[in-house]
Amino acid sequence: MNTLGFPILSAVIFFPLLGVLFIALIPSDRPRTIAQVAFWTAAIDFALSLVVVVNFDATSAAFQFVEARPWITLFGAPVITYKLGVDGISLWLIPLTSLLTAVAVLFSWGSVTHRVKEYYILMLVLCTAMLGVFTALDVFLFYVFWEAVLIPMYFLIGIWGGERRLYATLKFVLYTMAGSALMLATIVYLALGMSGQLGTLTFDVQAWYQVFIPPTVQRWAFLAFALAFAIKVPLFPFHTWLPDAHVEAPTAGSVILAGILLKMGTYGFLRFAMPLFPLATQELAPVIAGLAIVGILYGGAVAFAQRDIKSLIAYSSVSHLGFVMLGLFALNAEGMSGGVLQMVNHGLSTGALFLLVGMIYDRRHTRLMRAYGGLWKVMPVYAAFFLVVALASLGLPGLNGFVGEFLILLGAFQANRWWAVFATFGVVLAAVYMLWLFGNVFFGPVKDPENAHLPDLNRREVLALVPLVALIVVIGVAPNLFLAPIQPSVQALVDRVNSAVMVMR
Amino acid sequence: METLLWALLLVPLAGAVVNVLLGRRLPRQVAGWLASGAVALAFLIGVMATLRLLALPAEERAYVTPTLYTWALAGRFEVPVSLLFDQLAAVMVLVVTGVGFLIHVYSVGYMAHEPADYDFRRYFVYLNLFVFSMLLLVLGSNFVLLYAGWELVGLCSYLLISFWYTEPQNAAAGRKAFVVNRVGDFAFALGIFLIWSAFGSVVYADVFEAVGGVAPATLTAITLLLFVGCTGKSAQLPLYVWLPDAMAGPTPVSALIHAATMVTAGVYLIARASALFAAATSTSAIVAWVGVLTALFAATIAIVQVDIKRVLAYSTISQLGYMFLGVGVGAYTAAIFHLVTHAFFKALLFLGAGSVMHAVEHGAHHAGEHVDPQDMRQMGGLWERARWTGITFLVGAAALAGLPLTSGFFSKDEILAGAFLEGHVLLYGVGLLTAFLTATYSFRQFFLVFAGEPRSEAARHAAESPRVMLVPLAVLAVLALGAGLVLGWPPEHGIIHTWLEPAFAVAREGTKAEGGAGLSPMTLLLISSVVALAGAGLAYGAYVRKAVDPAALSVRFRPLYVLLWNRYYVDELYALLFVRPFFGLARFLADVVDKLVIDGAVNGVATVTAGAHALARRLQAGYVRVYALSMVLGALLVLGYLVYWGR
Repeated sequence: MNTLGFPILSAVIFFPLLGVLFIALIPSDRPRTIAQVAFWTAAIDFALSLVVVVNFDATSAAFQFVEARPWITLFGAPVITYKLGVDGISLWLIPLTSLLTAVAVLFSWGSVTHRVKEYYILMLVLCTAMLGVFTALDVFLFYVFWEAVLIPMYFLIGIWGGERRLYATLKFVLYTMAGSALMLATIVYLALGMSGQLGTLTFDVQAWYQVFIPPTVQRWAFLAFALAFAIKVPLFPFHTWLPDAHVEAPTAGSVILAGILLKMGTYGFLRFAMPLFPLATQELAPVIAGLAIVGILYGGAVAFAQRDIKSLIAYSSVSHLGFVMLGLFALNAEGMSGGVLQMVNHGLSTGALFLLVGMIYDRRHTRLMRAYGGLWKVMPVYAAFFLVVALASLGLPGLNGFVGEFLILLGAFQANRWWAVFATFGVVLAAVYMLWLFGNVFFGPVKDPENAHLPDLNRREVLALVPLVALIVVIGVAPNLFLAPIQPSVQALVDRVNSAVMVMR
Repeated sequence: METLLWALLLVPLAGAVVNVLLGRRLPRQVAGWLASGAVALAFLIGVMATLRLLALPAEERAYVTPTLYTWALAGRFEVPVSLLFDQLAAVMVLVVTGVGFLIHVYSVGYMAHEPADYDFRRYFVYLNLFVFSMLLLVLGSNFVLLYAGWELVGLCSYLLISFWYTEPQNAAAGRKAFVVNRVGDFAFALGIFLIWSAFGSVVYADVFEAVGGVAPATLTAITLLLFVGCTGKSAQLPLYVWLPDAMAGPTPVSALIHAATMVTAGVYLIARASALFAAATSTSAIVAWVGVLTALFAATIAIVQVDIKRVLAYSTISQLGYMFLGVGVGAYTAAIFHLVTHAFFKALLFLGAGSVMHAVEHGAHHAGEHVDPQDMRQMGGLWERARWTGITFLVGAAALAGLPLTSGFFSKDEILAGAFLEGHVLLYGVGLLTAFLTATYSFRQFFLVFAGEPRSEAARHAAESPRVMLVPLAVLAVLALGAGLVLGWPPEHGIIHTWLEPAFAVAREGTKAEGGAGLSPMTLLLISSVVALAGAGLAYGAYVRKAVDPAALSVRFRPLYVLLWNRYYVDELYALLFVRPFFGLARFLADVVDKLVIDGAVNGVATVTAGAHALARRLQAGYVRVYALSMVLGALLVLGYLVYWGR
C-alpha cells in the first residue's frame, strides 16, 4: 500500500538523477556551481527521505509506500516488476543513504579538483543505485541495482583514488562480482523452480515469500546468496578487499563504502537470505555467527596492528560488521533489532571517522598514524569531534554504538552464552585500538613541525560533521525513537525464521 | 521529589554544557566558579531530597521516579529511564556532591597556574561531566543505567588521567585505566545479560524481589560476573594495576575520582545488589577474601613507596579492600560507613598532597632547583613551612591509620568487628595485620614529609598554598576527624546505622551477628586502638626517633624490599602475559595471516582465473570486460548445471 498517493520512493530514488541532468548542463569550468547543485540535490533528497520517515507507520510490519509496475513482460505475463517498498528493516537506510551522500558531497568541495563534473555525477548516480537496493521488492530489480552500485564506485576509486587505486578497485569489483554471479544463477534457478507453484514466472519477492522451498534447495540457495552478501558485509574471511578499497578510495568514497555499501550485504541477508530460506538460516546460523565472532575479534586485533589510519578504521569495520551479523543470526528480536540499528550506527560513526581522516589527509597528505601526535593542542575542535566519534565507535553509553552492541550481545547471549562471551571481548578490543588511534594522533608532543600550525576545521567541515554527531548523540540518548519502527518488521522476520523450523519438526 | 531528582542529576551536566558552549566568552575564573556552583547546587538539592526522604517512615524511604522515557525497548528487553532515591543513594549523592564541591573549589586554586584558558575550562568541563556520570551511576533505577554511568565515569577518568596529554606516559596511563576497566566491564556486561535471562528484567525492584525464584548457581554466576566488574572499577586484585598509574592526573582528580568517589562504585554496586550477593554465599566469601587480600597486598607495597601520591594510591586500593571485606561478610552498613569516612580522609590526604606538591614546587622555583615534587625523599621539615597543610594532613593520616576517635577508627573497626562477629576469624586477623601496616605507612608518610629537617633546597623554600586550597582542606579535616563520632557512635546504633539498616534489611535477614569467640564489640574496639597506635608508634620510632633504621632494614631484608619496591612485579608480569603477546599476535595476524594467507588465497584464485583466460587477454580485451565475460559464462554454466540437475 502507498498511503501517500504519490510515488515517494521513486521520487527519493530518482531525484539524484534529476540533479545529474542539471549538472550535465553546467559547463565544466564552473566546478563551484556543479558542487553546489550536487549538494543541494542530495540535501533535498534527504528531505524527501524524511517524508518517508515521517509518514511511516511504526506499528506495522508490512511493506509501506509500495509501488508496482510491470517492467518486462514475457508472453503477456509480467515477469519482472518495478516494485518498491519500505519496512522497518530498510526504513533508516533510506535517510542514511541520502544524508551520507549529502555530507560526502559537501566534504568533497574542498578536496576534489579534477574532473569535477564526472565526480559529482557519479556520486549522485551511486546514491540512486544504493537507494534502489534498499527499496527494491523484485529480486531481479534488486540485482540490477546491486550490480549498478559497482559501476560508479569502480570509477570513483579508479579515477580519484590513491596510488594503488587500480589494484584496489579491480579487486573490489571482481571480488564482489564473483560473489554475485552465483547469486544471479540462483535467482534465475529459484524463479524457474517457483514458477510451477506460483503458476507464473515472477521475481516478486513477496510472492516468493509465500512459496515453501525444499530444505536441500534452501541450503544451497542460502549458501549462494550468503556468499554474495558475505563478501559485501564483509564477513570474515571475505574481507581483504575492504582495507585495500578504503585505503585507496577518495574520502567520500570511503564514507559511502563504509557507511552504506557494506550494509547492502547485511540488508541482503535480512531481506532475502533469511526470510526466503528460514530452514537453512536456522541450520547455518551457528556457522555464520561463528564467522561473525571470529571477525569481531580478528578485525579488532588486526585493526590494532595497522599503521595507516584508514586501514585501521577499515578493519574496525570488519569487527563492527561482525557484531551486526552476530545480532542478525542470534535469531531473536533483541539481537536482530540491535543488528538493524547497528547498521545505521556504524554508517554514522564510521562515515564520520572517514570524513575526519579525510580532513586531516587534506591538510597533511598522509594517513600514517606516526606522522601525527599532539594534534589536540593544534586543532582542538577537530580533536573534540574525533573524540566523540571515536567513543561512539568503541561503544560508550550515551552514544549510538553502545545501544546496538548491547542489544546484539544480549541477543547473542540468549542464543548461545559462549557466543556472547567471545563477542563481548570485542568490546575490550575496540577500546584498545580506538584509544590507541586517538592517543597516537592527539596526545603526546607535536613531533613533526609540519603539524604545529595546521588550521582547525573550517565552517564547511564542521557543517558536514554536525548532523552526524548530532545523530550519534540522539540515538545514544533516546534510541527508542529509532528502535520502535524497526520492531514489528524484525519480530515478523524472527517469527518467520523460527516458526519454519517448527513446521519441519 | 521527582523534579528534585532530575534537577540533581542534570545540574552538573548543564554546568559542563554551558562551559563548553559559552566558556570561550567568559573570563577564565568564571568557568571554575560556574562548575563549582553547579556542584554546590546539586549538593543543596541532594540535601533537600534527603530531608524529604527523612520525613518518610523508615521502611518507605525508597522513591522511584516515574519513567521519564523508555530508553530502549527491543523484543522483551526494556530499559526505563527513571531514578531511584533511597537511603543508600542519598549517602552516595551527598558524598559525591559534597566532597565533589570541595574539590571543585580547591581546583580553582590548584589549576590556576594552568597556562591555557582552554585547558583550564576543559578541566572543569570534565569534572562536571564526572559528577553527572557518577550521579547517574548512583541514581539509576536499573542495571543498564548504572552501567552507563559506570562507563561514563571511566571516560572522565581516562580524560582526566591524560589531562596533561603532551606527556606520553600520562596518555598511556589514561589508556591503561580505560582498557583495564573495560576488561572488568566485559564481565559486568555479561552479568547484566545473565540477570536479564534469569529475571526477565534489569530493573532493580523486579530483580531483587525475585531472588528466591532463581537457582543458586545462577545467582553465584551473576554475582561473580558483577564482582569482576567491581575489581576493575574499584581497583581490586587482579585488576587494580591501573590505579597507581592513574596518579598521572592532576591531584584534585586523584582525590575526587581515584579516591573518594568513582573507585567506590564497586562497593556501591554490591551494596545496591545486596539482595543478590547475600543470597550467593560463595560469592560473598570470595568478595571478602579478595577484599582483605587486596588490602594486605596494597598496604605492603605502600610501606616502601617514596612517591607521595603513589603511597596514597596503594592506600586507596587497600582501603577499598576493607570495604569489600565489609560487604563480603555482610557488614553492608559498615562498608558504606567506611566508604563515607574514607571519602573524607582520603580526599583530604590527596588534596593535602597536592598542597604539599604546590608548596615544594614553589620552593623549587624559588631555589632554582629541579626536584620531583612528589618524591618524599626530597621533603621533610614542611611542618614549619606549610602549617595548615601539615595540621590537616596529620588529621588525614590519623584517620587513615585509624587512631582512636577519628572517623577511620570507627568505620574500619566496624568492618573488622563485622568479620569477627560473623565468625570469620582468619579474615579478621588479616584485616588487623593490615590495620597495623596502614598505621605504619600512614605515619611514615606524614613524618617523611613534615618532620625533621628539609632534605632539599626546594623543601627549605617551600611555602604555604593559597587560601582557596586551604579552606577545603580545613573542611575535610573537620569531617575526617568528627564524622566517625557524629555518624557512627554508638557502634551499631549511630546515625548512619539507623539510616542505612532498612536499606539492607533483605540482605541482613538470617545473618544475625552471633558473638564469635566471646569477644565483645568493645573489646574489639580496644584491640583496634592498640594496633593503630602501635603502627603509628613504629613509624614514629623509625622516622622521628630513628630508633630503628629503615635503610638498614631494607638492606637486611633485601629480597623482600626489592619485591615490594617493584610492586611484586605485577605490571611486568601482565606485560609478559598479556600485553606483549597481544602485540605480537596482532602483528602476526595482520602481517602474516591477513596479508599472506587470506589475501594470498584470494589473489591466488584471481591469478588462476586470470591464467585460464590468458587467451582472451591476448585479444586486447580490457580486464573488466574479460572478467565480466567470464563471470557471465560461469554463471550460465552454474545455472545450466542447477537447472539440469536440480530438477
